[in-house]
Parts: sequence; C-alpha cells; structure tokens
Amino acid sequence: MKKFLQSGYIFLVFALLYAPIAVLIIFSFNEAGSLAEFSGFSFVWYEELFNDEEALTALKNSLMLAIMSSLIATVIGTFAALGLRYMRSKFLKATVTSITNIPMMNPDIVTGVSMMLLFVAVMTIINANDFMGFGTMLIAHTTFNLPYVLLSVMPRFNQLDKSLSEAAQDLGCTPARAFFKVELPEIVPGIVSGMMLGFTMSLDDFVISHFVSSPNFQTLPLYVYNQTVHNVKFSMYALCAIIVATILAVLLIVNFAGSIGVYKTQRKAMGGARK
Amino acid sequence: MKKGSVFQRMAAAPHIVWMIMFIVAPMLFVLYFAFTETTDSGKVIFTFSNVASLSQYTNVFILSIAFALIATVVCLLIGYPLAYFMSRTTPKMQKILMVLIMLPMWCNLLIRTYALMALLDNGGLLNSFLESLGLDKLYIVGSDAGVILGMVYDFLPYMVLPIFTTMSKLDKKYIEAAHDLGCSSWQTMTKVIMPLTVSGVISGVTMVFVPSISTFYISQKLGAGKIDLIGDTIERLFKNPSTYNVGAAISLVMMVLILISVWVMNKFSDDEGGIIV
Repeated sequence: MKKFLQSGYIFLVFALLYAPIAVLIIFSFNEAGSLAEFSGFSFVWYEELFNDEEALTALKNSLMLAIMSSLIATVIGTFAALGLRYMRSKFLKATVTSITNIPMMNPDIVTGVSMMLLFVAVMTIINANDFMGFGTMLIAHTTFNLPYVLLSVMPRFNQLDKSLSEAAQDLGCTPARAFFKVELPEIVPGIVSGMMLGFTMSLDDFVISHFVSSPNFQTLPLYVYNQTVHNVKFSMYALCAIIVATILAVLLIVNFAGSIGVYKTQRKAMGGARK
Repeated sequence: MKKGSVFQRMAAAPHIVWMIMFIVAPMLFVLYFAFTETTDSGKVIFTFSNVASLSQYTNVFILSIAFALIATVVCLLIGYPLAYFMSRTTPKMQKILMVLIMLPMWCNLLIRTYALMALLDNGGLLNSFLESLGLDKLYIVGSDAGVILGMVYDFLPYMVLPIFTTMSKLDKKYIEAAHDLGCSSWQTMTKVIMPLTVSGVISGVTMVFVPSISTFYISQKLGAGKIDLIGDTIERLFKNPSTYNVGAAISLVMMVLILISVWVMNKFSDDEGGIIV
C-alpha cells in the first residue's frame, strides 16, 4: 500500500510536469489553430514555421553562437584551470575562482544588465554607433560559460598527481609539452563535459541575450520571445514541439548508448570469466 | 616542488584579463550608473537620488520576495517527498526518472512557460474543459496564483535534482542503523535523512529562489502584464536610456540582497554539516 502511494505520487507530479508540454505538442498538429477544439490533424503550422526565414536564421545564429562561445570558453577555461593549479598565492587563486563564479550566482538579469551597461558605456566613451549584436552576444555567452568549464575541468585536474608533470619535465619535456602530452589527455573528459555544458547553456540562454542583442541578430530563444510578446502563434507550438522532440531524442540516445556500453562491458566481463 | 614555469604561470592570464574586462568591469559600471545621473546639460554628476528613489519600488520588492519565497516553499514541499520516493525506486527506474526530471530543465524556460499558459489561459484547454462540464472558468492567468504556479512549474526540477542527488548518495546503512536502534520511520526521516540532505535542500532552494525573484517572462505571460515584479521593473527601466540609472540602482540592490542570502544559506549549511560530522 505504501509503495503504491509512493509510485502514485511520483506519477502524479510527473504527469503534471508533462501535461502542458504534451498539450503543446498535440495541439501543434491542430489544423484549426485553436486550443478550444481539435479540428483535424495537419502539418500546416510546421509548414508555416519552415517557410519562416526569420526562424531558420535564428536557429543558425543560435548554433553558431553556442559553438563559438563554448569553444572559446573551453580554451580560456582549460588554461585557466592549469594556471590556477600551479598558482602559488592562495589568495589570488580564491579571488579568481570566486569572481569567475559571479555570473553563476547572480540572477541572469543582473548579469545581462551589467554587460549591457558596460557596452553602453564603451559606446559612449569611444563615441561609436550601436554595436550590439553578434560580438556582444559572443562576449556575454563566453563569460557565462567560463564558470561551467572551470567547474568541470578543475576536479579532473585535482585528481591528477602533480608529480606526473614534474616527471615529464625531468625527462626533458618543456612545461608546455608536459601539459599537452601528459596532463591534457587525462583531463579530456572534464573538458568535453565543460564544453557540452557551455554549449547547452548558450543555446538555452534568453535573459542575458535579451539585454545585449540587437534586432538584427536574433537567437532562437529571442525569436520565440519576440513572437510570443503579444499573441499566441501556433507555429511557435510547432517549434516548441520540434525542440522538445530533439532534446528527448538526444537524451534517449545518450542513455540508450550508455546502457549499450554497460551491456557490452558486462558481456565482456562474463566472457572473460568463462575462459 | 619545482618553481612554476612561465607557461604555467601565464596560463591563467587570458582568463584573468577576460574576467576583469567582462565580470568586474560590468559590475563597476552597475555601481557607476547607480550612483550617477546625467544632468540636462549632459554632465554626469555623482548622486544618491537613484538609490533614494527606490523607496517608490518598496511594494514591488516586497511582492517579488513574497512570490519567490512562496514558490520556493511550495517547490520544497512538492520536491522533497518526490526526491525521497524517487530514491527508493529500483536503480533502473531511478535512471529513467532522472532523465524525465532533466528533460524539462533542458527545454527552454520560455517554451515551458508558454506551454503552461496555453493550458491555463482563459480560452485555454483547462477552461474549455471546465466549460464543457458546465463549471465556472478559472481565471488563473493574470492572477497572483498564476505567477506563483508558473514559478513552481518552471523551477520544480531545479529543486528535485540536487535533493535527489544527495539522497541517492546517502548511505543506506544509516537508515538501517536508525531502524535497528529503534527509530520509527518518522524519526528516521526527521533525525537522520533530513539532516543528511540539508546540502541538497540548500542548493535546491537557491536554484529556485534566485530565478524566481528575478524573473520577468513568467510574470509577463502568466501575470498577463498585470503583475509587476522586480524583474519586470528592471527590464522596463532598461528599455529607455534615461532610466538606466534607476535600473542600475535596483539591480544593485537586488544583487546585494541575493548575494547576502546565498552567503547566509551557505553559512547555515556549513554549520549543519559541522554538527553532523
């Protein structure tokens, strides 16, 4: 009975969590373009979406921004992790780490606003025209990706014995070569997860982008925002349905691939035991 | 130990430069804008008037804090038992539930809010269903409850995930030991499980409270523009260059409020940890 109640509770909360998303997906196929009744199954809203030049450009912009900002953040962040590892001043190390974490702790709106004020101030100082757009977005996204990269890379570094790099240097490697040949291969998983995290953060960000963007450079979340400011558009339902389906597919593949891996290693282990 | 080489010492340099330019400098500009004003003649002067003018936003601050607090408490009340029950399922089930709780987190917040609005709107599915049953319509969108519901719906996964993570790391032997020593289920819960999962609760509370207090999309959509929170106020003030200064002052106050509360909560969780260990 107790078990039943527990499962029931889990089911109820998940049902409520997914109900709106399910409604959105179902009604993205509604020909009538109304939530009141389902008049017939159709792809009209999907057609409208794919004929919308603006949406496709926004998607392209989002991907470009996410790839570039996560790459830059990964490079800067990985070297920063290396530098912090060999930094002798405890105070400097603590200061750098806590300042890096500010964008993660601050509400997005404050980060966005502060960035905007920086760009506005620079614009007035150098008397330039409004330069908000891809450049400012790239700076903002790289900045909020950095803490995630450090957060993923630092623990990997900490697991690594410092004497490895020293041994490599004793054997004639330059410190740089020691890093690339000895330390870097060991921290690759941390680098990859930091980059992935940054990539998704960047794709997902709306609030910070909202303050440092211009109308001529729209990302997907900004496009959704602009489309939903006034009235309900059913092509947005279609877009949401596509995004949800994509995320679900990625998560399933990651998990399914993961369990195949587990299955394979189990088989291998059993095979080995039999021999 | 060897003396750090130039390469090792310089490795963090690009990061430090980036940090100063794009984290420290923007914060300084918030300070600068909050304490200056541009006179009619175009001169920038130092002033406390922006900060002083914030008294007119007292109600907005109180309302936002109240909404965020209510949303956080509701998330905790729903999320804590959920995380606990989730941690008691089979490992395979836990993995599935974990993916299911993460999926909404990966969906953009705008989309989730928009989906919720589509469901609850006055002409939405819920109301047409109620109407077909001959019941009265529920005007959730545009009400206080609507905004709080939006916050709870959007941020619940952020409460569940950290609690679930600490819960599943918890050594089952503690629970067995508590039972062996004669604790009832309720005592095990309050004396053993809850104190050991405080760190998860603290990060969950932070992850719900901070976005709730600063949101503007949720109040725009589910409040139908009738409810003004700090986030809405900041967003509006930054649409017009002449109100940047007041906007900066509000952002500054909000930032200070949040940094203090996060700091206090972390302090609190450290103390708790000290007692346990």
